[in-house]
Amino acid sequence: MNVTLLFTALVGAILVLLLLVRQLRTKSWLEKGIITEDSFSTLAPKRVGLFVFLGVVTSLFLLFMIIYNERAEFPDWRPIADSRLLWFNTALLVIGSAALQLARNAAGHGRLSGIRINLTAAGVFTIAFLVGQIYAWNQLTAAGHFMATNPADAFFYLLTGLHGVHLLGGLFVWAKATTNAWQKPDPEDVSQAAGLHLSVQLCSVYWHYLLLLWLVLFYMFTST
Amino acid sequence: MAYVALADRDHEQHLHHPQSWITRWVFCQDHKVIAIQYSITAIAVGVVAMLLSSMFRMQLGFPDSFDLVTPDKYYQYVTMHGMIMVIYLLTALFLGGFGNYLIPLQLGARDMVFPFLNMLSYWVYLVSVLILMASFFIPGGPTGAGWTLYPPQAISAGTPGVNGGILLMLLSLAVFIVAFTMGGLNYVTTVLQARCRGMTFMRMPLSVWGIFVATVLGLLAFPALLVAAIMMLLDNLIGTSFFMPEMLTMGGQGEHNGGSPVLFQHLFWFFGHPEVYIVALPAFGMVSDVLSTHARKNIFGYRMMVWAIVAIGGLSFVVWAHHMYVSGMNPYFGFFFATTTLIIAVPTALKVYNWVLTLWRGDIQLTVPMLFAIGFIFTFTHGGLTGLFLGNVTVDLPLSDTYFVIGHFHMVMGVSPVLVLFAAIYHWYPKITGRMFSDTLGKWHFWCTLLGTYTVYLPMHYLGILGVPRRYWSYGSDFIPDSAQSLNSAITVAAIFVAASQLFFFINMIWSLRNGEKSGPNPWNATTLEWQTPNTPAVHGNWGDKLPEVHRWAYDYSVPGEARDFVPQTEPPHEGVVSGRDHGVEH
Ligand code: HEM
Ligand SMILES: [Cu+2]
Repeated sequence: MNVTLLFTALVGAILVLLLLVRQLRTKSWLEKGIITEDSFSTLAPKRVGLFVFLGVVTSLFLLFMIIYNERAEFPDWRPIADSRLLWFNTALLVIGSAALQLARNAAGHGRLSGIRINLTAAGVFTIAFLVGQIYAWNQLTAAGHFMATNPADAFFYLLTGLHGVHLLGGLFVWAKATTNAWQKPDPEDVSQAAGLHLSVQLCSVYWHYLLLLWLVLFYMFTST
Repeated sequence: MAYVALADRDHEQHLHHPQSWITRWVFCQDHKVIAIQYSITAIAVGVVAMLLSSMFRMQLGFPDSFDLVTPDKYYQYVTMHGMIMVIYLLTALFLGGFGNYLIPLQLGARDMVFPFLNMLSYWVYLVSVLILMASFFIPGGPTGAGWTLYPPQAISAGTPGVNGGILLMLLSLAVFIVAFTMGGLNYVTTVLQARCRGMTFMRMPLSVWGIFVATVLGLLAFPALLVAAIMMLLDNLIGTSFFMPEMLTMGGQGEHNGGSPVLFQHLFWFFGHPEVYIVALPAFGMVSDVLSTHARKNIFGYRMMVWAIVAIGGLSFVVWAHHMYVSGMNPYFGFFFATTTLIIAVPTALKVYNWVLTLWRGDIQLTVPMLFAIGFIFTFTHGGLTGLFLGNVTVDLPLSDTYFVIGHFHMVMGVSPVLVLFAAIYHWYPKITGRMFSDTLGKWHFWCTLLGTYTVYLPMHYLGILGVPRRYWSYGSDFIPDSAQSLNSAITVAAIFVAASQLFFFINMIWSLRNGEKSGPNPWNATTLEWQTPNTPAVHGNWGDKLPEVHRWAYDYSVPGEARDFVPQTEPPHEGVVSGRDHGVEH
């Protein structure tokens, strides 16, 4: 119940934030003439879109986590065995996320070579993470834990799978950004560099988010 | 950035000018075309759902006269009817249809901010509809689990469609949610980002407010349905036990153990109750605009209306368990959910008062859209009042799972939103097509629909109080009194009458497309931006070379001292006075 309350509080907070209490208190309908008072319209639409999407993903995983924690209270719960591989995978994802941060810093300083190398590295480490997760699944099945064996196993496969799907979606965007980065820059076209800068930035936000999500999931898997 | 002239916009905002018939009408990224695609698809499945209801009503009204509707078919039809109406018709038509059409036009934008994603949203929606429809053609047919799909019965032997239908249903829902998320990201971001110069939040028409908050609700609530659908799919396909308890089926030990059916109910209603407001809030918004325009009066209490929409949206996340009073719960939870449920009636009632006060001493034009909008006030009030009954645990217990509940939610979520949809279609038809519809046919349509639906749903409340349960294929003569059965027959006759009278609507829409009078750009003398476009119907890009600028709120009707009884939002203040604070620089 506590978690449920937390969730509703979060939903409420998001709503209030989105709707900007400040804006709601204005009486712009009484005033005539042009008024501009938008803090939003200066942001790139893609950035706003990404944050809204992260809200949706949060809602999805938070619900899973609530259910997970409630289910783990029951006596038939058999937690999954500690696995070194998962620690190793976690390290891979941390490196991937850090590389993206470096790429983002490089973009901030306009260093194209830095973008290229770090962006590529980020993708490689992320793919390695995903491969590692598949190995983790194999280990689990080899130990006789199938999806239907125990609810803990079922949740493990399901949540790692969903997390992986979200990373795959990220990799799709990453692939586009990376091909752009390796193209020969056109000094005439300022919007090209700006576009690349933005996609690197947004990729890094998404990766940090998914890293955080993974850490929470990992903690959950090992602590119950 | 939102108000830069076309040539200066960043590359994403460039318009993809349609080249061929395919890019113009099929794979089109223009929000107006996508809106029409969404609407036509939604209405087409809606007709399927309506025909299904006529079929099972025949069975209920005249149980001994039809062999067509077997018990299995009865459950399948009821299930598909409910799910199609709630998700694939109402949600899709309000948000995919009107959301798409109105948001950019009413906010003075050229299009949604992510046009490609928007197009994708429609095609994914279409796939979800096709998956759902496919379940009619597979062996075993569609699922008959009821639209709430409660496990364990939904995936246990004996329920119709347990082998294929339920899988397709869950898959289709998952695909729908993906489509909705793509659309929803667009609607929210467009409202936040693409409003034209001068269009502040508190100048947005209430239609946009309703659609906006409903979309936020959807983005947060649909994940719960997705979670439920995924877990039930796994229970069914792989044999996990998320929802499935240990049980005996068909005389043997089942393969599951330890799952919680009540967990599904929590997830379903955590989505399900916000869902009813996902449908209701856009309806609230659109009906406000229609009432104000056709009463030639500003909306009463604009800010209160906005706050009410926001408050209802927030509260709708904390009332879900009022659908589960009979599932058993801690009495304190029952008390909590009954309280929140009754609290939500406050902002709702406030909106009703404001609509009535908007009409009060207005210059009411009884046009067809206005008739539907006024009809909505009646049906919604009736439905809301019965909601107050059901919100109380002790009153709900005997009424739950009876026709009283059917009466309640059809008044409030069936008839009311549909009346608004008709009001909206008639109201915006001239903008969408450039032609007027036939007034006579429209009025016939209104009166037959309003009186017909009342004849259908009012008696259901009485049946419910008698104790007639819902979801029964046939009652037999000992189980309910003859008088109840003859009422059932009468309801069926009325239902078929209502279904048939929708022909007025379809004939009108199609006939007027070619033969309607040319409407001109602003036949209702309305103030909002969509009526001020340079072309009618609006063309790709909406506004020609220059985006509109907004100088006032959306409801300047019958302003004293003005020459006309409406002042468009684009009209600058007169005498060169700019009231209020120092404009343009504030951040
Ligand atoms: C004053 C506000 C309202 C209150 C207090 C209220 C209360 C309730 C309650 C307690 C139930 C459960 C009845 C039962 O199953 O025993 C219910 C059912 C339902 N309500 Fe409402 N309601 C309200 C408004 C609405 C609105 C605005 C909508 C939709 C637009 C709506 C749609 C539904 C639906 C679809 C069901 C039935 C679901 C099912 O069992 O299949 N309600 N309502
Ligand atoms: Cu409800």
